[in-house]
Amino acid sequence: MNKLVEIKGVSINFYTYEGVVRAISNLDLDIYQGETLGLVGETGCGKTVAALSILRLIMPPGRIESGQIIFYSNGDKPTDLLAIAESKIRTIRGSQISMVFQEPGAALNPVYTIGDQITEVILLHRKQELASKALITLDKLLVERDSLSTRLFRPARIIQRRLYQRMSDNPGTRLLGFVERTPIIRRFLWRLEKEAEQIAISLLKEVEIADPYRVIKQHPHQLSGGMKQRAVIAMSLACRTRLLIADEPTTALDVTIQAQILELLKRLKDEIQTSILYITHDLAVAAEICDRVAVMYSGSICEIADVVEIYKNPLHPYTRALLAAVPKPGKKLSAIKGFVPDPLDLPTGCCFHPRCKNARDICKVKEPIPVEITPGHFVTCYLYDGEKLENSG
Amino acid sequence: MKTLVETRDLKTLFPILRGVFRRHVADVRAVDGISLSIKYRQWVGLVGESGCGKTTLGKTILRLLKPTSGHIYLDIAEEIRDKISELEVSEPTSKAYKNLRSQYDLATFSGRKLKNLRKLMQLVYQDPFTSLDPRMKISNTLLEPISVHRLMNRASARERIVEVMDMVGLTPKHLPRYPHQFSGGQRQRIAIARTLVTSPQFIVFDEPTSALDVSVQAQVLTLLEKLKQEQNLTYLYITHDLSVAETVCDTIAVMYLGKIVEMGDPTDIFKTPRHPYSKALVLSTPIADPTRKRGRLVLPGEVPSPADPPPGCRFHPRCDRATDECKAIEPTLQAEGGERKVACYHPLD
Repeated sequence: MNKLVEIKGVSINFYTYEGVVRAISNLDLDIYQGETLGLVGETGCGKTVAALSILRLIMPPGRIESGQIIFYSNGDKPTDLLAIAESKIRTIRGSQISMVFQEPGAALNPVYTIGDQITEVILLHRKQELASKALITLDKLLVERDSLSTRLFRPARIIQRRLYQRMSDNPGTRLLGFVERTPIIRRFLWRLEKEAEQIAISLLKEVEIADPYRVIKQHPHQLSGGMKQRAVIAMSLACRTRLLIADEPTTALDVTIQAQILELLKRLKDEIQTSILYITHDLAVAAEICDRVAVMYSGSICEIADVVEIYKNPLHPYTRALLAAVPKPGKKLSAIKGFVPDPLDLPTGCCFHPRCKNARDICKVKEPIPVEITPGHFVTCYLYDGEKLENSG
Repeated sequence: MKTLVETRDLKTLFPILRGVFRRHVADVRAVDGISLSIKYRQWVGLVGESGCGKTTLGKTILRLLKPTSGHIYLDIAEEIRDKISELEVSEPTSKAYKNLRSQYDLATFSGRKLKNLRKLMQLVYQDPFTSLDPRMKISNTLLEPISVHRLMNRASARERIVEVMDMVGLTPKHLPRYPHQFSGGQRQRIAIARTLVTSPQFIVFDEPTSALDVSVQAQVLTLLEKLKQEQNLTYLYITHDLSVAETVCDTIAVMYLGKIVEMGDPTDIFKTPRHPYSKALVLSTPIADPTRKRGRLVLPGEVPSPADPPPGCRFHPRCDRATDECKAIEPTLQAEGGERKVACYHPLD
């Protein structure tokens, strides 16, 4: 499998009044093409920050200190998302990498209709396609010339046609920027909006919204939580993104709606061949949807493996404890002792050692490095260092 | 086992008023005829989707809402409960019936009588971020129930709150802090401590862990288990997560649009659900086992509006086993041997 995103040694700090919060330290993570990678961890372990760093959406007081995020976009040379210009990353956000947030109610703008919000993405990133579609309809209109109205609108349509021609030939033209920003003239672009609306309707159909023609004119408060989340998913897939980052998309929803959304994401992933980075705190949900699972604790990955492998054979003490905390029929619940460490004052050595049953002296001093136990199964723990492997093997 | 809490044919309807004259046009049938009995030291789970009336039922039992009709009993002998039901059928206008009800039926209580019972019944809310007053120190939050009910003097009240803090796994050094200084799990512990101050018998939990992480959820659930054993508590646990209910509860009641559709032992319901809705819930519940192959039955659509519930069986528009009978006549909860009860004409095997 080919890599899609390669996160190499990324560290992110937040400079707060109380001190420096080390949200992520030296994170290494690969996302392959067409896979669903689950990023699992407790609140405050840096899952969301890791996801936001891919889109470079870390806002001050946060700062990306070091590292590279290499994005292997289609056909192009691999780009380092952390090094390219701001204008360049804006063309990637939403078109190549998009994000679905936890709270669908908060992610949608309450004063715009669902249609407005979906078409915004399409108008921004798929202008060329819209222009060529509009050209086809315009050409049809210009051919028929019998009625009075067609004769009346003919001059306006010819101007429109020229404009759209320029756009479809060269979407970066400066004329377009001028037209978009100037009132009254801006209205010449209405055909694009019309075409975008058609695409929005087909997107809503794709996410299994029953009555897209009605929903497109509705405001977010008129929809239920599940419908809102579907609309957000439609929006994030509007440009056939290569990577979809889903940040706890079902946490705010009921189990039945959650099941619907998970099914939908699975189906869409295969249909449009995107990769999904699925962030969750629930290992049960991760088991449903992911191909690979990475478990995160206090800003670093402690175990990463294939989904079947990690549930059958969890190695890191934290993964084991987390699995034991998931309610499972016919099994007794056991909680992890203690709390997530204060990010302002992380423990030395392995961050998990104060809560770990198997902690040794070395854990308190030195940070362990990831070891590959079986192909693709990495674990960052001294329990599985080379010495032990030799003994057991 | 003695019954601690019982509801008989409990209904809580919210009127919809329209027009200039506030004409009564319809009712939101949030709780529509629920009979539920909770035994001493039992942990009953109430499972259902949002909008099915779980929270309304919990609040009505605690009398935070006034029921439209029906009976609620807290620790009342069975003979009296039966007598009231008997009189309701035979002579509903008689004085004896009214006297008995005002004496024993929680649904008719008000004022001081209700206040005296409030300390025996408590509620833990869903979101610990909003249920604690951000301007009150934890010590004041915990002292408030004591001063409201005038339970003890100041010195022993201090001792009492230190004691309950210890019960929920917090230390006295947390007392002078404010809620924002705590994490979600700790706040939920404080909310639980607040209910324990008055030494209640019965606590309703309204999705106490849905805002929490799975790992913190496990901590809270083990804490609840421990408290139940130590303090002889009885719980009504409202949740939408069947796997949580299965793990911790003694009995589960599955609710759909204001009605209980299935009741019984958690393991039985999880393994062999009889009602199609319970089955859909079971299949929707994620399980931490990627090798599990399940017949996916994703429930189509969403819960209909309780203001205009479908006729007949309320589940029939989303049910694949629905027949004409289901569309016409509403099924009642039928006992199926033991604790198991199902309200369906075509139960699954």
